Amino acid sequence: MLAQQILNGLVVGGVYSLFALGFSLVFGIHKILNLAHGAVLMTGAFIGLYSVLLGLPLPVAMILAILGGGLVSVFIEFTAFRPLRNTGESEFGAIISSIGANLIIISIAQKISNTEILRFPFETFPIVIFQIAGIRVSLLQMFMAVMALALMAALMYYLMRTRHGRQVRAVAGNERAAVLLGVNPNIIYFQTFFISGALAGASGVLIGLAFGSIHFMMGEPFLLAAFAICILGGMGSIVGAMVAGLLFGMIQTLSVAYLPTGLTDAIIYSTIFVILIVRPNGLFGKAAAGVLRSQR
Amino acid sequence: MLELKNIAASYSGIKALHDVSLTVQKGEMVALIGANGAGKSTLLNCISGIVKPVSGSIDLEGVNIASVRPWKISQSGLLQVPEGRQILPELTVLENLQLGQTALSGRAPTYTIDQVHDMFPVLHERKSQRAGSLSGGEQQMLAIGRALMGAPRLLLLDEPSLGLAPLLVQKVFDTLQALNKTGLTILLVEQNARQALNVTNRAYVLEQGRIVHEGESRVLSEDPDVLAHYLGLGAQSE
Ligand SMILES: Nc1ncnc2c1ncn2[C@@H]1O[C@H](COP(=O)(O)OP(=O)(O)OP(=O)(O)O)[C@@H](O)[C@H]1O
Ligand SMILES: [Mg+2]
Repeated sequence: MLAQQILNGLVVGGVYSLFALGFSLVFGIHKILNLAHGAVLMTGAFIGLYSVLLGLPLPVAMILAILGGGLVSVFIEFTAFRPLRNTGESEFGAIISSIGANLIIISIAQKISNTEILRFPFETFPIVIFQIAGIRVSLLQMFMAVMALALMAALMYYLMRTRHGRQVRAVAGNERAAVLLGVNPNIIYFQTFFISGALAGASGVLIGLAFGSIHFMMGEPFLLAAFAICILGGMGSIVGAMVAGLLFGMIQTLSVAYLPTGLTDAIIYSTIFVILIVRPNGLFGKAAAGVLRSQR
Repeated sequence: MLELKNIAASYSGIKALHDVSLTVQKGEMVALIGANGAGKSTLLNCISGIVKPVSGSIDLEGVNIASVRPWKISQSGLLQVPEGRQILPELTVLENLQLGQTALSGRAPTYTIDQVHDMFPVLHERKSQRAGSLSGGEQQMLAIGRALMGAPRLLLLDEPSLGLAPLLVQKVFDTLQALNKTGLTILLVEQNARQALNVTNRAYVLEQGRIVHEGESRVLSEDPDVLAHYLGLGAQSE
């Protein structure tokens, strides 16, 4: 039934948006492609899972995953990006070093989990289903939607309405001008990476709850998806990432529901391909394809 | 107040400044003039900490700031209005001004937002517009107003007249002179030598990274060499 699938797609899409948002944020503000972002999602899922296995309640596990994701992301910025920053040629260097960071985090997770596929214990999240106008909505879906919306709203508030958010936008617009105004860019990098990682950590737990499979490689398909979502939404555009994430989740869900499973990725990526032919800069993108170079 | 001694700076090995010494006393308005590529912006960026000098010292009220991080320098009240204004086009006019307060970092403001609005009424009228939608002249007002929000002890300006119509150039220089009268110390970088010499007490002339003349602006504006090279009167006297 179509309405049901659209709802499912929107809920999954909200989580995609949340995850892609962090990726887009780092790119939009610092022009850095953080290819270790998938590993942060996986870290969040692991922290959430092990916290629950240790007997902590889910809300606490969620908070730990958010904090943990943020800290891992900050750690990546400290080790993989910051040392490259003063060398001038940091663009490709950053891509390579974040791939390295990704591999290291994944290897650690592989060791910890013994290469196993894990899942949250049964009924970690209470299974409650509501029937609304003939559509089944689970409590988990509501939780996912509320989390995604709340975190995105908090992010928008932070960026658009606070003094710190203003400084973040200043660095995004012109880092040197911001520095001349007395903005310490290191603090801004710290904030951006922490927020980005926190969103990824939350997404990891939500995905772990929704798809029931947590393993050391789980971040990879989501990284690819986040990349595609950011290109679709327009690189660096926050609203773009939100809308494109919803679209991505929807196309994926509908394709899984109505078409042979093997076709899902082909459908998603060819749809994106077609959209990009019409809008080469993505749905909300401004600058031409050369953003990575020209905005430095 | 500001004292540069024997500053040298280079970009990947190529020297842009050689042995530059310069002082600005409290309350003064000093000009630094020179042609394209003379090294004027490099010198300001050395003072602001964005370019690290390879040798020499920069003292601000007796404290060597040559190795201090640029945002710390701005936070101490040494504020630069950079070349090309560098306003933040995607932020509103008001947000740009509020951003200027970052440099306060606990110091007391010397100009309120209302005072800046009185000085540049257009910044009040357009406060919720994107700063990028302002005209070049208005953006220059915004850049100056934004620096004032950070309570400058010493204001550095890099070619504030660049790309402005003559009437606006006059307005900018009048404003700077008025600010100086109220006690603000100013170091003004200009290619527009005549106007810069008219509004300042003292001046330095920079040529290929070296100071080639210095002295009272009034005296310099009658120096034959300065007249010939910077005031456009010398084609026949060569
Ligand atoms: N980022 C940079 N990298 C390499 N060389 C630079 C850089 N910035 C300036 N230069 C060089 O240093 C010299 C001085 O440049 P600077 O910008 O300080 O001159 P300027 O006097 O401000 O000129 P203008 O009036 O055109 O602004 C020039 O030869 C310039 O090419
Ligand atoms: Mg210059």
